[in-house]
Amino acid sequence: MADDANKVNGAEEAPIKERAKPDPPGYFEGESMTRRHVFTVASQALGGLAAAGIVLPAVGFAVAPIFHRGKERWAAVGPVSDFVEDTYRQVVFTETEGIGDAGKTTAYVRRSSEDLGEEPGKFVAVSNRCAHLGCPVRFVETAGNFICPCHGGVYDFQGKRIGGPPVRPLDHFQTRVRNGQVELGPRYSVTSQMEPVRARDPGEFTGGIWEYLYPPRPSTFPPP
Amino acid sequence: MPSFPKPKIPDAVVPPPLRKPAKPGSGGTPKGTAPSDLKTSPPERKAPGDKLLDRGKDAPIDALGWVDQRLAASGFLTGMLFRKVPKGTNWFYTLGSATLFAFIVQATTGVFLAMFYTPSATQAYHSISHINNEVPLGQLVHGMHKWGSSVMVILIFLHMGRTFFFGAYKYPRELNWVIGVVLLILTMTMAFTGYLLPFDQRSFWASIVGININGTGPVVGPYLSDFLRAGPELGATTLSRFYAIHMLLVPGAIIALIGAHMYLVVKLGTTAPPWVKAERPKVASPVAQLDAGANGNGRVNGHRSGAPVSGEGNGASA
Repeated sequence: MADDANKVNGAEEAPIKERAKPDPPGYFEGESMTRRHVFTVASQALGGLAAAGIVLPAVGFAVAPIFHRGKERWAAVGPVSDFVEDTYRQVVFTETEGIGDAGKTTAYVRRSSEDLGEEPGKFVAVSNRCAHLGCPVRFVETAGNFICPCHGGVYDFQGKRIGGPPVRPLDHFQTRVRNGQVELGPRYSVTSQMEPVRARDPGEFTGGIWEYLYPPRPSTFPPP
Repeated sequence: MPSFPKPKIPDAVVPPPLRKPAKPGSGGTPKGTAPSDLKTSPPERKAPGDKLLDRGKDAPIDALGWVDQRLAASGFLTGMLFRKVPKGTNWFYTLGSATLFAFIVQATTGVFLAMFYTPSATQAYHSISHINNEVPLGQLVHGMHKWGSSVMVILIFLHMGRTFFFGAYKYPRELNWVIGVVLLILTMTMAFTGYLLPFDQRSFWASIVGININGTGPVVGPYLSDFLRAGPELGATTLSRFYAIHMLLVPGAIIALIGAHMYLVVKLGTTAPPWVKAERPKVASPVAQLDAGANGNGRVNGHRSGAPVSGEGNGASA
């Protein structure tokens, strides 16, 4: 029977040479890829796609806050008449919503002083966040300095570092006056020359090449 | 190595087809002496209650046998539990198990703390004070978790020190050292993320400092600290994030890596302490014998034995 099937229109009597067993099974001559290989690659690709479909949204979910900038908040901290040129007044306001007292932060506010080369008629708000590692600094009136209790950072009246491990001056808050009230806005950092830059975390240098080594984060507000 | 006599297997546990038949005339009743005293001292018969008791005693073994027939785990377990350890194994070798035990304590107490803890910025502190002051034994369980974390960190370093000073990280155990270092980093992550959870002044400021230290890494640092805080400031989601990392992400990774770590320990075996010298083979190799003759003092330097030596060099170093 097999011989009959091999005859082509009865043209030849001799049986066709037995075909070599395909190796791997199912392989046809001239194929660039075996059927098995195609299915292997296809199922691996599908599996990879499915895994990516699960992992990528989850990772995106976790890293999304890096690229999210919250709403700009302004907090009134007292009438204009409360603040003078030659000393600071301590104010406490909510910087982060929803976590109770932990979301509050402290700033030291005064009127700007022409003697120090500042634009007159403005208000200066210095954050109490130490530029070393973020401990709360205190303004010591008798010394006229800001002093950090953790590692001994000392800042002068304007917030410039004069001693200890901090890497830059104290951060500032943007200020404005609305309805006779001084309002504090987003935080910004300053360079050693007191030029405003976007807010950096404590421990990060500002100015010069450091602006590239510690790039500004998308979650912070542009400086004034 | 002393050789132990082969243990005699009692006939009772050998299945009948494998049991040797008794030699004729050796077992059973001696020929010719009839059991004449059957009336005065009949063979003891077990009461039905005793039979039940015997079957009851066998039940756990039967149940284990049933499971093992399907799981085939007894071979693996025997190999793991009765594996050979090198001469000189001492108390320092228990530091790894001690670390594992510390982790088990942390995992167990952590699960029960999670039953009472609320990972919310406004309620976390109150839930911890509730655990400490009102929940029965709450202070104990919280204390175990709190102090146990320090114990685990200390033990993991001691274990690491033992491995280093005994040279147990060398070939072929380098991969286990690498896994161990990853476990160390994960343990530090646990310690860091767990510290924020009570949300009191100490943990709040410690986490601020910790996140800011992360931020001082160049280029990626600022983004890393934003990732840890879930934003530019430490906020409500920071606590949830730390809680999830502390409670779900890292413990899973630690359990998986401990499995790999222990697999390699069992697979590769442990090392002898460095002060235990390798035993010389009982019959010295021909080279060593020749060498001993060349030295003229009839002894071979222990540290050279087994190494391919040339007669000339050995003579000079003896």
